[in-house]
Amino acid sequence: MADIKLMKGNEAIAEAAIRAGCDAYFGYPITPQSEVIEYLMMERPEDRTGMVVLQAESEIAAINMVYGAAGAGKKAMTSSSSPGISLKQEGISYIAGSELPAVIVNVVRGGPGLGTIQPSQADYFQTTKGGGHGDYRMYVLAPASVQEMVDFVDDAFEIAFKYRNPVMILSDGIIGQMMEKVELPPQKPRLSDKEIEERYGDWATIGKRKNRERNIITSLDLDPYKQEAHNHKLQEKYRLMQENELRYEMIDCDDADYIIVAYGSSARISQKAMNLAREKGYKVGIFRLITLFPFPSKPLNELAGRVKGFLAVEMSSGQMIEDVKLAIEGKAKAEHFGRYGGVVHSPEEVLEALENQIIKG
Amino acid sequence: MEIKDIIKPENLIYTKTKNMTDKPLSYCPGCGHGTAHNITMEVVEEMGITEDTIGVAPVGCSVLAYEFMNIDMTQAAHGRAPAVATGIKRVYPDKFVFTYQGDGDLAAIGGNETLHACNRGENIVIIFVNNGIYGMTGGQMAPTTLDGMKTSTSPYGREIETMGSPLKMTELIAQLPGVYYVTRQAVHTPQAVRKAKKAIRKAFEIQRDKKGLAFVEIVSNCNSGWKMEPVKANEWMVEHMFPYFPIGDIKVNGKLK
Repeated sequence: MADIKLMKGNEAIAEAAIRAGCDAYFGYPITPQSEVIEYLMMERPEDRTGMVVLQAESEIAAINMVYGAAGAGKKAMTSSSSPGISLKQEGISYIAGSELPAVIVNVVRGGPGLGTIQPSQADYFQTTKGGGHGDYRMYVLAPASVQEMVDFVDDAFEIAFKYRNPVMILSDGIIGQMMEKVELPPQKPRLSDKEIEERYGDWATIGKRKNRERNIITSLDLDPYKQEAHNHKLQEKYRLMQENELRYEMIDCDDADYIIVAYGSSARISQKAMNLAREKGYKVGIFRLITLFPFPSKPLNELAGRVKGFLAVEMSSGQMIEDVKLAIEGKAKAEHFGRYGGVVHSPEEVLEALENQIIKG
Repeated sequence: MEIKDIIKPENLIYTKTKNMTDKPLSYCPGCGHGTAHNITMEVVEEMGITEDTIGVAPVGCSVLAYEFMNIDMTQAAHGRAPAVATGIKRVYPDKFVFTYQGDGDLAAIGGNETLHACNRGENIVIIFVNNGIYGMTGGQMAPTTLDGMKTSTSPYGREIETMGSPLKMTELIAQLPGVYYVTRQAVHTPQAVRKAKKAIRKAFEIQRDKKGLAFVEIVSNCNSGWKMEPVKANEWMVEHMFPYFPIGDIKVNGKLK
């Protein structure tokens, strides 16, 4: 029988972590995502699966605890919201540089600075263009429902371990706080040391066994030529992600003249806007990004050859629009619309922008 | 008798621990780091815990500790070693985890991580090498730089009024209930080395017995940063560092001395 519950996005992602066989969660409270650690503390996964939950002294400490546990080959996760994610950037850069698997959840709120606790999508640049120092990328999944908050946790760990790379689940204050019906997956057992080694290789720092050389987790190589070679290896990994792990959804794009490009909450809001537009006789489709990195440049470019225009809808002053424009190479008109700083656009506002900026514009 | 007749396995009374690699140390001649590495690795070998030990290297002179210590090691971001060690220890509570950090790493940028790992009583060992200066970056002022001491960022000497007093991190963390053993040692004489090694052994035994956090400070020299010859640097250390950072146990069996 299906395990169906009514849950908040933040609680759902916490429960999904337990069920994905996550070994350790390290977090620090920040609105609007504190329910993640609250749920875990209440649920005592230590008793259910042996999963460790610890409240760190800061976001910086939390991401470094993840770094330590991930370096020991375990499924480790942390979550935060925008200002806290900024603090984690150093650790994320080290995790990418040291090639460790880790899952980081960002329930985005309005910024810059302390900003507001209201929802936002203004961390797109930070998430997809680096955030921390150096040439690295995270694999980024953008859930648009509480169900996807659940589903993407296991997907995130699979990708993280497959590529030994940090994966971010880029949510926002709407998805984190809203309640929806979710179907929960069955409990995945936590992996034993032997299973970890068989599946992912013997690279973790868990004590040097006699039959192998010591394992070292580091991002340091003072020799620039070696560091360049290491960077080539990272870039090849990102290329493989681009080739094999791209995810997106096309809703009613087949007959569409106009395309709304959106992810997360904005994709949900745009769906209503699309329905309103179709009622008015406009042929509108939605191109929903599921992965923000890799970015679906190719399918967008193909679409650009046969549609009249794109409206990039995001709760920011226009970040994703830059990638949309790069992708479509000027083949069609592309405009941005979005409320931001914590304000959420309505479907009617999206429709109005579509009419004024794209259809009539 | 020729030397080749003497160098035979049956005549061997001392050998380098297998837990040190053959890579030449990158430390300056006369620096205490090599000895501190060596005795730490000897303890790990003598306790028979090599296969269960994970070290965490800092940022600073000992950033490359993993090149010299022949065990599984993780290199942490600057100051974050206690958090990294926490992450490892929490998922592998039966393994031995230690951090090896300098004064800038542990007491300045990593002050918060140190304080909280100690306060949680993480069952790890922290080895803290204090030479009162940033060696790696070229001799800048550290939190433990002495009053009036000249460094490249305190060229007229540390001025307490504007730069604060040298931080006694070790005494500070000794106050915390989660910390079971705190000691301050040195490695400038054979006698001091023996005592320091004993302290490190004790620290690892505390971890084995799951009694809490064990903290071993090693007051050391930095002849390059202090701009002194090695012997002079050791004399200066005894004369100036030891009065402010006195050698000896600070907390034993969870009780302040």
